[in-house]
Amino acid sequence: MADTGAIGKDTIILTQGLAPAGSARYAPALGPSPPAAAARAGLSRNPAAMEREPSAAEVPAFAVKDCTLIAIATGLKAWTLGELMSGIQRAPADSLYYHFWGTLLQASFEEREYNNEFAAWVRYALHEHALAERLAAIDPTGYDELEAMRDELLEILDAGLQAAEHLAWLRSTEPFEFLRHQIVVFDTERRVAHPDAMAELVPTLSASSIFYHFIDARRRNSNHRDDFRAWLDGVPGDHADACGRLAGIDPWFGQLTELRGAIAAAFAGNDDTLQ
Amino acid sequence: MSLLDDYAAVAGPEVIDRLRQLARPLAGRTVVHVNSTRLGGGVAEILAKLVPLTRELGLDVRWEVIDGDGPFFETTKAIHNGLQGRPVELSEAQRRAYEDTLARNAERLRPMLEAADYVFIHDPQPAALLAHCPNRTGRWTWRCHIDLSQPFRSTWRYLRPLVRGFDASVFSLAGFARDLGHPEYIIPPSIDPLSPKNIDLEPAEIDAVRARFGLDPARPLLVQVSRFDRFKDPVGVIAAYRMARRLVPALQLVLAGGTASDDPEGEAVLHEVRAAAGDDPDIHVLLLPPDAHRTINALQRAADIVMQKSLREGFGLTVTEGLWKGRPVIGGDTGGIRLQVVDHHTGYRVSTPEGAALRVRYLMRHPRRRAAMGETARAFVRDHFLITRQAREYLTLMVALAHADGNRIELG
Repeated sequence: MADTGAIGKDTIILTQGLAPAGSARYAPALGPSPPAAAARAGLSRNPAAMEREPSAAEVPAFAVKDCTLIAIATGLKAWTLGELMSGIQRAPADSLYYHFWGTLLQASFEEREYNNEFAAWVRYALHEHALAERLAAIDPTGYDELEAMRDELLEILDAGLQAAEHLAWLRSTEPFEFLRHQIVVFDTERRVAHPDAMAELVPTLSASSIFYHFIDARRRNSNHRDDFRAWLDGVPGDHADACGRLAGIDPWFGQLTELRGAIAAAFAGNDDTLQ
Repeated sequence: MSLLDDYAAVAGPEVIDRLRQLARPLAGRTVVHVNSTRLGGGVAEILAKLVPLTRELGLDVRWEVIDGDGPFFETTKAIHNGLQGRPVELSEAQRRAYEDTLARNAERLRPMLEAADYVFIHDPQPAALLAHCPNRTGRWTWRCHIDLSQPFRSTWRYLRPLVRGFDASVFSLAGFARDLGHPEYIIPPSIDPLSPKNIDLEPAEIDAVRARFGLDPARPLLVQVSRFDRFKDPVGVIAAYRMARRLVPALQLVLAGGTASDDPEGEAVLHEVRAAAGDDPDIHVLLLPPDAHRTINALQRAADIVMQKSLREGFGLTVTEGLWKGRPVIGGDTGGIRLQVVDHHTGYRVSTPEGAALRVRYLMRHPRRRAAMGETARAFVRDHFLITRQAREYLTLMVALAHADGNRIELG
């Protein structure tokens, strides 16, 4: 079965307009769709793929979601490493999420050199290369809980300060602004019934849909998998090659649109186009 | 063809599809935007398109403008200056002018505002309306478009209690946010690619504008478009032009601005600018009417380099406009200009007239580099700063406001 993911306690699911928060109910972010919906929204441009599909009762359709994210100021700022540590201690967990994941959806010009904004700030605002490299080595998918990642960030910063006393006196050229976020997820009502149709579907997805299914999914799904691999696990047949290619895509660098190309290539049977 | 179809042609149909999906749960909701002028300035320009766009998405959206007299707008200009850090002390008479004017406006607007599902109060001018609507039923948001990073203390002490009671506020940059005790969202503004100020123009129209203002098409041109406001540093631009001209003698400069009905200082600053320009025939100080959008468009397209050497800046939509026209921008290293002008890619950020002069000389010396930066600049705006992105974030905000206690909201 497809992995429905671990949706946090803050998740609100709405089924009919803007119901009050108290009336919200849980629904799987990614799960089997009604057969009618799968038949309606399958990729009709690829009839061959549709013809090969097992019966709707056997195959959970892939439900294409999209999302939009809005940043919220926390009021926490840091000019020094000490203040950065204090901010990391006090910031809500979704602030850590934002500074690792959320910024992929925000306006940015240059390619990401580091996979998180803490490392980038230490490098560019404090000009401290070694510590930035250590912070950038944190793999956010390696933590089941954001609190564990918070501890690791603090541990690296504390060790850095212990090892080089002068770091405590560095003052940045620009403050680190701690942000948090709210994310709104909506159903595009597009459904894909067979993996063969994915290579055609993926290039048509928005960058934010790619973010939701390939980046955000790693916080929701067990084993930190993206939604595509989680779905393939539940689809009859051998999809090990496609899963392997998807697993081989490093999602943290480059633009989401480039990532989209790499995912499409993985479904088409090609290697990572980012490489 | 609908407005949404028009935007789909520029931004892409998938962008409009996303807006429709996001707007679906908000269909029929009543939304009221309130600001202080219908013409002039970036806020009015944004609302002029955001309102019809969100209407077409199925929301019941209105735009109301508060009425005020001279003393009121002198006070709000003083508040504006104080919030951007200039030392100003509000007199008792000024406070009374501000509060009485908003009390009068509240009498007119109260029924609509108290019934609305969402109310957006733009900038400090109408902020005190909140206190006059005790029976409000919807979510009220203070949308602050200005740089609030270092306000003059007494001005902020006066305004803070007036805005603290909102359900949320919106700032253009994280650095502008102040501790208000409610969620403070970050939404950069945007430009409208379909407005007369930003649509593509025929070369003949650009030539006609050059001819109208006596600009030599064979010589390089710097253009700064902004209100005559000291924070825009028009006198600093003249200083930079004079320094650069020593090595680029053919240089011409246009300082084009208008006045807004809520800006009583404009005339005094215009006088200072004219004095600084002196009798230099290559400095063109143009006072344009608020609806001279195509003229501004043509001037920006006629420019080799667009200048926006602000000392303080909320966001700097004239920077976005310049980038959209494929021109590198030399901008003050402040506020939202930092988000748009990326050194060596879309232009240069500078802190002094000397710095601006240096970058002007560099860009005039490297025309191919200038052209490449212009191409990058246009693509950057298309991806991040068009009104469709801002509309999406307003819709997201409205959905989020209804669920302030959840950080993940799934619309089924």
